[in-house]
Amino acid sequence: MSADDPELAREGPREPNEPLNVAPGEPHDSLLSETLSYVVGLAFAVILTGVSFWVASTSALWGPGVAVGLVVLAIAQMGVHLVFFLHITSGPDNTNNVLALAFGLIIVFLVLIGTIWIMAHLAANMGPTPEMTNLMLQRG
Amino acid sequence: MSATEAAAIGLTHGGSEDTGLGHRGPESKSIIVPYGFWLFVLSDIILFSALFATYASLVHATDGGPVTNELFSRNLVAVETGALLLSTFTCGLAIIAAKRANMLWTQVWLLVTGLFGLVFLAIEISEFAMMIGEGAGPQRSAFLSAFFTLVGCHGAHVTAGLMWIGTMMAQIWTKGFGPPQVMRRLLCLSIFWHALDIIWVAIFTIVYLIGTLP
Repeated sequence: MSADDPELAREGPREPNEPLNVAPGEPHDSLLSETLSYVVGLAFAVILTGVSFWVASTSALWGPGVAVGLVVLAIAQMGVHLVFFLHITSGPDNTNNVLALAFGLIIVFLVLIGTIWIMAHLAANMGPTPEMTNLMLQRG
Repeated sequence: MSATEAAAIGLTHGGSEDTGLGHRGPESKSIIVPYGFWLFVLSDIILFSALFATYASLVHATDGGPVTNELFSRNLVAVETGALLLSTFTCGLAIIAAKRANMLWTQVWLLVTGLFGLVFLAIEISEFAMMIGEGAGPQRSAFLSAFFTLVGCHGAHVTAGLMWIGTMMAQIWTKGFGPPQVMRRLLCLSIFWHALDIIWVAIFTIVYLIGTLP
């Protein structure tokens, strides 16, 4: 799949830096610029994945913050996937996609935060305390 | 509604005809079908969020059985992650080739995508088999039930995606790029496959990396 292939490459003169001037989700007319957008996305994803694995393995960072850092890195990587691979942009022809995504994210965060919050409190409040266990054993 | 009227109430987007509000009537099927599929993928992601919430609630309910640190291997997960990431990349390359109706490269990149997906799935199945062999199956504890449901559900999606890739390769081979539905199905497949990798990012972070922190 070479850009020199006359079947694939479109006509017309190009600026040398044109491939980088197209936003990731915008329609591309050249094979090179479209492929480059995926390569850039892959590079970002690989870097973020590598940093995630490094953050998880190193002892140089403050322990309690590592889990939060990993979640932030994961959200960043999902953003890279959305922009470079799924082509979600802020352009007018993407309004419906972005609105649906925003609604989906609201539900996702409601489910996640609501469940974890409530279940953590339930676990803390409903778990048998040592006195209760003792009482149950005496009655049994 | 006239253009000036639309401009007066702020419905125009910097001179673009497309307001995204349907003023020009229904969009073409090549827009509507991937949009509908995007809605499906989002609802699938909501389904996974419920599984993630379940997993997070039950991760410490190990009932005296094995805990996350004893079960997971980071090296295997790194290979799985790499395979899935490369497959999502080659899936994009397949779409680029398909848009230009290039049969050879579309088939090559779809095949590579499927092979990377197969590598991922093989590692996951061997990991599951090893865990079940060690007595750490889904019946062992609430944590393991949640683990197998969450990761297994993602694996089932990958399996479905692999079958879809095979189907699309056969369809492109026999029908070519002429019928418009072929390209629509390919676009939906790529949305599905990219979404699988997004969910995997959450799984390898929350289940495997955070689960193996010291």
